[in-house]
Amino acid sequence: MVGRYVGAPVRRVEDRRLVTGNGRYTDDIGVHTGTLEAAFVRSPHAHARIRDIDVTGALDVDGVVAIYTYEDLAGAAAEPLPILIPHPALHAGRTAYVLANGVVHHVGAPVAMVVAQNRYLAEDAVARISVDYEILPAVVGLDAARAAEHAVHEDVPDNVAAHLTQQVGDVDAAMATAPHRLELDLEISRSCSMPLEGKAVHARWDPDDGSLRVYSATQTATSVRAAIAAKLGLPLPKVEVIAPDVGGGFGVKIMHPWPEEILVPMAAIRLQRPVKWTEDRREHFISSAHERGQQQHISVGFDDQGRILALDVTFWHDNGAYTPYGIICPIVTSTQLLGPYKPGAYRVDFHSMYTTTVIVTPYRGAGRPQGAFAMERTMDRIAQTLGLDRTAVRAANFIQPDEFPFDQGLIFQDGRPLIYDSGDYPAQLEMIKRLVDWDGFADRQAAAQAQGRLLGIGIGCYVEGTGPGPYEGAHVQVLTDGSVEVAIGLTSQGQGHQTVFAQIVADELGVPFEQVRVTTGDTRRFGYAVGTFASRAAVMSGSAVALAARSVRAKALRVAADALEASEDDLEIVDGVVAVRGNPTACIELGQVAVLSNPLRYAFDEAAKAATQFARPADPDRPPVAEGEAPGLESRDYYSPPRCTFASGMHAAIVEIDPETSEISIEKYCVVHDCGTLINPMIVRGQVHGGVAQGIAGALYETLDYDEHGQLRNASFMDFLMPYVTELPARLELDHQQTPSPLNPLGIKGAGEAGVIPVSAVLAAAVEDATGIRIESMPLSPSRLFHLRQDRPGEGPAQ
Amino acid sequence: MSDEPTHPITLTVNGVRRSQPAVARRTLCDYLRHDLGLTGTHVGCEHGVCGACTVLLDGEPVRSCLIFAVSVHGHQVTTVEGLAEGEQLSPEQQAFGECHALQCGFCTPGFLTTITAGLAENPDPTRDQAVAMIAGNLCRCTGYHAIVDAVLRAAELRRERS
Repeated sequence: MVGRYVGAPVRRVEDRRLVTGNGRYTDDIGVHTGTLEAAFVRSPHAHARIRDIDVTGALDVDGVVAIYTYEDLAGAAAEPLPILIPHPALHAGRTAYVLANGVVHHVGAPVAMVVAQNRYLAEDAVARISVDYEILPAVVGLDAARAAEHAVHEDVPDNVAAHLTQQVGDVDAAMATAPHRLELDLEISRSCSMPLEGKAVHARWDPDDGSLRVYSATQTATSVRAAIAAKLGLPLPKVEVIAPDVGGGFGVKIMHPWPEEILVPMAAIRLQRPVKWTEDRREHFISSAHERGQQQHISVGFDDQGRILALDVTFWHDNGAYTPYGIICPIVTSTQLLGPYKPGAYRVDFHSMYTTTVIVTPYRGAGRPQGAFAMERTMDRIAQTLGLDRTAVRAANFIQPDEFPFDQGLIFQDGRPLIYDSGDYPAQLEMIKRLVDWDGFADRQAAAQAQGRLLGIGIGCYVEGTGPGPYEGAHVQVLTDGSVEVAIGLTSQGQGHQTVFAQIVADELGVPFEQVRVTTGDTRRFGYAVGTFASRAAVMSGSAVALAARSVRAKALRVAADALEASEDDLEIVDGVVAVRGNPTACIELGQVAVLSNPLRYAFDEAAKAATQFARPADPDRPPVAEGEAPGLESRDYYSPPRCTFASGMHAAIVEIDPETSEISIEKYCVVHDCGTLINPMIVRGQVHGGVAQGIAGALYETLDYDEHGQLRNASFMDFLMPYVTELPARLELDHQQTPSPLNPLGIKGAGEAGVIPVSAVLAAAVEDATGIRIESMPLSPSRLFHLRQDRPGEGPAQ
Repeated sequence: MSDEPTHPITLTVNGVRRSQPAVARRTLCDYLRHDLGLTGTHVGCEHGVCGACTVLLDGEPVRSCLIFAVSVHGHQVTTVEGLAEGEQLSPEQQAFGECHALQCGFCTPGFLTTITAGLAENPDPTRDQAVAMIAGNLCRCTGYHAIVDAVLRAAELRRERS
């Protein structure tokens, strides 16, 4: 669907506020209200028993208001944090307490909270709290977790939190008879979301009506609200949670409730003062969440054309110290690994393993980058084995356009069948080959090689299940001045939701874009929502917003038809005016329709006069509000899809390796992407660019460097190599394919995570092509590549 | 209240003289944000790497997380709140919107102050010079291409306006 606004690169309404310093992030809230500030004592050990916490030295610190340890907690707040997404395969799920209850399981775990006049004083006090630890053995990395010489949790001796197998077809039989077989062992290191704004919580208690207001830098206001109400024993209507401007999320802020989201409101209630906590960068590294870390073993059987007859994948997923987010990441890896392909038979078996490190919860891509790495590395090895072009092997395995809806026969992360809705992978492959000039590359590579230069090309494909349910909703209301207020429950962390949802409403309702205002993530305005994750906002809230706007439009036409004494079928809404088609003088402004939709006894302004009982003749036998109608020109609607939509894409890159230093330069990075209907191509481009940047970061730079004691050695921006502009390729070319989803009213598929998914696979392939060195683990730094080239001279140089 | 001693300081922030005592260890970013209420300056790492807290000190970009407020007594500070002229956005601010150079907006104030100083020094940068101009600031959302575009567009707008 393309309208006046939908499909256009409409400038963002958020920007003026944000470029003038008028954004409101959580730490900006209540600056002048005497807000108290919290700071935390965090465990310096990866695994230890707490013998004693001595706070006496801290009590003397000037400005300290309160100190809390586990002993001070009560009721549900003293119980373990919830397992948010329970799953039958998660047989040994464990979660933390909001403050350590006797044992700590990772460096950074909160042990005590200090509340003081300001953060400086709170940290003074933190420094004077003395904790006596009995150090227990650390379990760091998947090798240690699998060896299980030491247990992370005493009652889980094998460190296995979850074990799940899914199978489609007879893998053993297909493998046994396959003409060719290969085995691969792959590894992906840890990385993390690392938004520029860390977590933050601000809580105010209103003692007069016993209500709590919490601001949190979260990706889900509604669920944080429910969690706080449950943990602090408050009735839900007495708790409101607002996600104000949020400085990036990328997944880490969908995890909730964080201990601080319970503790800060608890302190605000007990102290009857506003309290806030703003995470510092080191805290974010050691006490929020990481992702990605996996070891994979792949067996594949295939025919002479490279068609996969049997695919047998076993992997181990490092879930860190606890499993509050269930096993979503490994489920996503295990299912989305299949990408655009249809293997003859498929079996996947994973173990989700405890380690004494920071928890692992979804980071943009949420298990997909690991799945794409497994599948695409396998495709490349098949091509190499058979001496076929890498794109030909992929094409031989594609699901064809006439096979949709395509059932992969697996259960996806939303508990529903993995059925792809639509797509055209062969056409997409042709697009990416043209964009990167795949067919012309061999000549370039040979010419470069003759000059002693190492050039390589790589490709990677993926399919991304987007827009999982259960639902999102929207409220659309036309005010009497003709402006339109829209409220959705899910939050925004930079995706431009205030802009894109206004585009949809403006088109659906027939009003100027400038008259539409959108509020996101404020439970006062919309109480039922899930959250912003899994590339779902456009699909879910976009659809709900469209449905609500359509209901409002229908009501506007009913009311206007009555006022204009015309048939609804003859009316149109253009630029906020309802008019009889072909007779523009018979018209009424939407604001006036809103007035008439709400019959009044009292006129409090000029507009309202028209709605009062003596303002105009009325049928004395009809009630002022018609049967089946409600006062007000507004509607609240929900969108709940049967299952996910499936976006897809293909990336390709050309890299050059410095033969002496092994420095890896990306000459050109190309993306073809299908997210169905584009609401705002400028914003989608921004999402893809940002995703690719995080993908390159994960492929070449970022890792979380734990030592064997569980100390994170690179927990600062000095040491964690987040790319600056200078680390990213100068050329990034993007092309869109649009296969609208049949599952929702606008045909949207979602774009948030797409950019990041295949990047490690693509760059591994390109470096392998340039050097002839087999690349089996990521990230790949120049020094690692240098050593690989020294250690395995037999594998290089390029063919 | 805490009786931590304060020092009287006076500085000019966005053209306005401000006299608000500061605790000796108060960083300039915390002073601007929490003592003066200018929350447009953001704190991203508190160790001088990300550049989100960049403000202009006598016109030069500095990391306000690495400077004590008491040390800027008598100086001029420009924050993101001081870039626009009344209702009219500065060329840099306008260019950021036009080029979609911001998403979450958290790092944006530091980029804007940095680029404002950069273009004052080099009003007609090449693309490579634009890259160098922003090479000390971290952004996690955009992938930077649009920010480089915005530097070049801001230079264009400056010329159009002068």
